Amino acid sequence: MTVSTNGSTNGQVLAVKDLSVTFRTEDGRVSAVDNVSFDVADGEVLAVVGESGCGKSVTAMSIAGLLPRTATVGGSVRLDGTELIGADKRTLRSIRGREVAYIFQEPTTSLNPVFTVGHQISEVLRTHIGLNRQAAEARAIELLKLVGIPSAERRISDYPHQLSGGMRQRVMIAMAVACDPKVLIADEPTTALDVTIQAGILDVLRGLRERLGTSIVLITHDLGVVADLADRVAVMYAGRVVETAEVHEIFARPQHPYTVGLLGASPAAGRHAETHRLSEIPGLVPVLSEQPDACTFADRCSRAGETCTTSQPELTAGVHRVACWHPVREAVEV
Amino acid sequence: MMAVAEAIAPPRSNSRRVVRRVFRNPLALTGLAVLAIGVVLAVFANWLAPHDPTQTHLSNAFAPPGTAGYLLGTDDLGRDVLSRIMFGLRASLHVGLLAVAFSLVIGVPLGLIAGYFRTVDALISRFTDLVLAFPFLILAVGLAAIRGASLGNAAIAIGIAQIPGMIRIVRSETLRLKSLDFVAAAIVEGASDAWVLGRHILPNAGSAVIVQATVGIPAAILGEAVLSFLGLGIQPPAPSLGTMLADAQQFASRAPWAAVMPGVAIMLLTLAFNIVGDSLRDALDPKASRR
Amino acid sequence: MRRYLLNRLWQSLVTLVLATIVVFVGVRALPGDPALALAGEDRDPESLRAIRQQYGLDQSWLVQFWQFVSHAARGDLGQSIRTGAPVRSMILSALPVTIELSVLAILIAGVIGVGAGVVAAVRRGGPAEWAANALALLGLSVPHFWLGLMAILYLSVALGLFPASGFVPFFTNPVDNLHHLILPALILGTGLAAVIMRQTRSSMLDALSADYIRTAEAKGLPPKAVIGKHALRNSLIVVVTIVGLQLGALISGAVVTERIFALPGFGKLTVDAVFQRDYPVIQAVVLVTATAYIVINLLVDLLYSVIDPRIRVRGEA
Repeated sequence: MTVSTNGSTNGQVLAVKDLSVTFRTEDGRVSAVDNVSFDVADGEVLAVVGESGCGKSVTAMSIAGLLPRTATVGGSVRLDGTELIGADKRTLRSIRGREVAYIFQEPTTSLNPVFTVGHQISEVLRTHIGLNRQAAEARAIELLKLVGIPSAERRISDYPHQLSGGMRQRVMIAMAVACDPKVLIADEPTTALDVTIQAGILDVLRGLRERLGTSIVLITHDLGVVADLADRVAVMYAGRVVETAEVHEIFARPQHPYTVGLLGASPAAGRHAETHRLSEIPGLVPVLSEQPDACTFADRCSRAGETCTTSQPELTAGVHRVACWHPVREAVEV
Repeated sequence: MMAVAEAIAPPRSNSRRVVRRVFRNPLALTGLAVLAIGVVLAVFANWLAPHDPTQTHLSNAFAPPGTAGYLLGTDDLGRDVLSRIMFGLRASLHVGLLAVAFSLVIGVPLGLIAGYFRTVDALISRFTDLVLAFPFLILAVGLAAIRGASLGNAAIAIGIAQIPGMIRIVRSETLRLKSLDFVAAAIVEGASDAWVLGRHILPNAGSAVIVQATVGIPAAILGEAVLSFLGLGIQPPAPSLGTMLADAQQFASRAPWAAVMPGVAIMLLTLAFNIVGDSLRDALDPKASRR
Repeated sequence: MRRYLLNRLWQSLVTLVLATIVVFVGVRALPGDPALALAGEDRDPESLRAIRQQYGLDQSWLVQFWQFVSHAARGDLGQSIRTGAPVRSMILSALPVTIELSVLAILIAGVIGVGAGVVAAVRRGGPAEWAANALALLGLSVPHFWLGLMAILYLSVALGLFPASGFVPFFTNPVDNLHHLILPALILGTGLAAVIMRQTRSSMLDALSADYIRTAEAKGLPPKAVIGKHALRNSLIVVVTIVGLQLGALISGAVVTERIFALPGFGKLTVDAVFQRDYPVIQAVVLVTATAYIVINLLVDLLYSVIDPRIRVRGEA
C-alpha cells in the first residue's frame, strides 16, 4: 500500500472536529450526532460503522450540508482547509459533486427514473467543469468504462430501470467520481445489493482509490465490507465515536465492549448470550439527550461499573483510541 | 374461523379522533359553520324567507339591496332576491345529495366488483371509459330531452357523470386492500367473496369513499347551477341559483346585484363543502395531514 | 411500445363503437317525431311519407344505423333536418372556435396551475403556499359561468377592457381574435388551473422527498435544476393524467362559456341541436366529441411515454 494509513499525519483531506447535529422535531430537539471528530488522509478509506440509528448517516450528510432544514449543525468540517460548516449555499453547491461526492444505499431510487444515465452523469460535468454536451457525453462513456460497465457507448442512452441493481450502483459511482472528487462518501453502498454483486462494487471502489487516489468515507454496518476495503475504522454508538483504530487493530484487539459485541466475539466465557442479544436487537440505541453525564452504552454493557453511569468517557489519545472506562484488554478470539 | 384475518386487520381510523382533528382546524370549523347556515336557510326557507320567492311585485322591480324589506334587492319582476336564494339553496343541496347518492349506489358496488373479480374488470373499465367519453353536459341534455327538464333528471345526469370517478376510487382501493396480508389471510381461510368484500374491503375503503362523496357534492351543486343556467334543470318560476343567474344575465347592467348575489351564494356553499372535504381528507389520512 | 399502442388503439375503438351505438339509440329514444316537426303545418300523410323517405326515417333502425356509420366513415354526416345544411360544414365551422378556446384555456390553466403548484410545494408552510392553496380552493368552488358573467359585467361593460361577446376568426385578424377569446379562455381555465395546481403541489411534494432529489443535491446542481428539472419532470407525469381526466369537464365548460360569451362554437351547436331535435346534428356532434375525447386520451397516453421512459419499455417487454 502506497498511501499512509496513519490518521494523524498532515496529509489530511477531511478533518471533522466536534461535529454535533440536532433535529427539531414535534417532541422538541433531538440530538443525533454528538462531538464527533475524525480525520481522513489523502487516499485513505475510513469506515464508519455502527447499528442503524447511531448517527453515521447523519454524520455523512452533514459533511456537505445535505441535511434537511430541521437540522442544526455545530462544530467544524474542513475540506483541504476550507471550512464547510456555516458556508453559504453557493460555496457548498460548488463543492458538492466536485470535491465531495456521495454514493447512496438505494441505487434504484437514487437515480432519477426519467433521465438517461448518460444525461445524469453528463449533468455533473456540465455543471462543475462546464463541458459541452459532446465532451460531457464522451467523458460519461469513459466513466462508465472505468466502473466496469460493458458496452458503455450503448448504455449511456439507457434509463435506470433498464439496468440491473449492480449496474445502477456502478452508474452512481461513475456519477460520483465524474469530477475526480477529493472525498467520496459511500453510504451503505452495497447494502441493497445481492451478495454476489457486492464484491464487484467493492472492487470498483478499491480500483478507484488505487487509480485516482480518492479518499473514501465508507458508511456501513457490514463488517465484511470493512475488512475488505477499509484502512481505518471509526465505531459509532448513539451519536458518538466510541473507538477508532486501524482496521487490523479493530479486528484483532477491539477495546470497546460495544465493538467487541459488534464483531460478535465473546471477551469471556459466559457472556455469549449477552453479546448476541446486543448485536441482534436493533433500535436500542438510546436518545442522546437522555444521558448527558453517562456512557451511553452503560445500559447494555456487561462491564459497566459505577463510573459509567455518572460520567461520560472521552476518547483516549494515540492511534488506537477508545472512549470507555473499562476497555477490554484481554485477547479476543475472532 | 377468521382468526388470522381478524387478528392482523389494521385498526380502522378512529372516528372520534377524526372528528377531533376536524374540530381543531379553524378553517374547517368556519366551513362547517357556513355549511350549517346554508342548510338551515335551505331547510327552513318556508319560515325564514321574508317573501314568497315566486311572488312578483312589478312596482318593486329592480329595488337595490338595502331597500326596506328587501335586504338583497329585487329582480326584474320585483321578486325578493334573498328569498329566492334561500329556496335556490334548497334546490342546490337537494341535487347535490341526490346526485352523490346516485353515484354511490351504482359506483361503489361496481368499483368493488371491478377491483375484486378481475374477469369483469375490463368490462367495467370500458363502461367507465364510455361514460367519460360523453361530456356530462351532452348526457344531461339528452336526458332532459328524453325525460323532460327537471331537478330530478338533472340530479340523475350529474350522478351518472360522477359514477366513473367513484368506480375508479373504489376499484383502486379494492385492488390495494386485496393485496394486503389480512385480506389474503381471510381468502386463504376460506371466507366467501361476499364476506371478504363486506367485512374487510368495504369498511377499509370507507374513508376514500367518504372523501370522494364530499368532493362530489360541491361538484354536483356547480353542475346543477350550470344545467339550470342552460334551462335544463328546475323549471321556472321555481327558483334555483342557476336560473336566477340566467335571468339576471338579461338585465345585469341594470341590476347587477341580482347577478352577483346568487353567484356568491353558490360559491360560499361549494367553498364550505370543499373546505370540509379537504379537512376531512387530511384528518382521515395521516400522511396528508403532515403536509 | 407497439403492442402497448395497439392495445390502447383497440380499447379506444371499442369505446368509440359503443359510443356510436349509444348515441344512435339514444337519439331515437328522444320523444317527438322529427318528420312531424319538419312537416310543420303541412301534415297530410303523403308529405310525411315523403319526408320520412327523404331522410331515411322509414327504414329499419338497423339500416339507418348502417347508413349512418357507412356515410360517417366517408366523412358524410348527413344534413341538418332543420336547415338542410350539410352537418359536416356546420361542424367544421364551429370546431375551430371551440378548439382554439379549449387550447387557450388549457395553456393558461397549465401555466398558472403548474407555476402555483411548484411555488406552493417549494415554499411550503410560507405565505405563498397559503395564498396558492386559497386560490385553488376558490377556483374549485366558484361557478365559472358566474365568473364569466361578472367579467362581462365589470371588465367588458363597465371598463370596456374586452369585447363582451362575438368572435373573429384567427386568420382574419389574429389580434382581434385573441382579444375576443382571452377572457373566455381565462374563465374556462379557472377550474382546470385549480385542479392542476393541487395535483402539481402534491406530486411535487412527493418528488421533492425522493431519493433522486437528494442525489441531485449531492451532485451540486443549482436549485433551478433540482426543482425545475429533476422534481418537476417526475411530477408532470401525474399532472398529465389529471389533465386527461378533466377533458370531459373542459368540453362541458366550453359549452357554457360559449353561451355566455356568444361564441359560435361547438357547444352552441350542440345545445341548439338538442333543443331543435336535429337528429343528424346531435348524432354527429356526439360522435365528434366522443372521438375527440378518445383521440385526446390516446395522445395523453403517448405524452406519458415521452415524459416517463418506464412506460416505453413496458410495451417492448
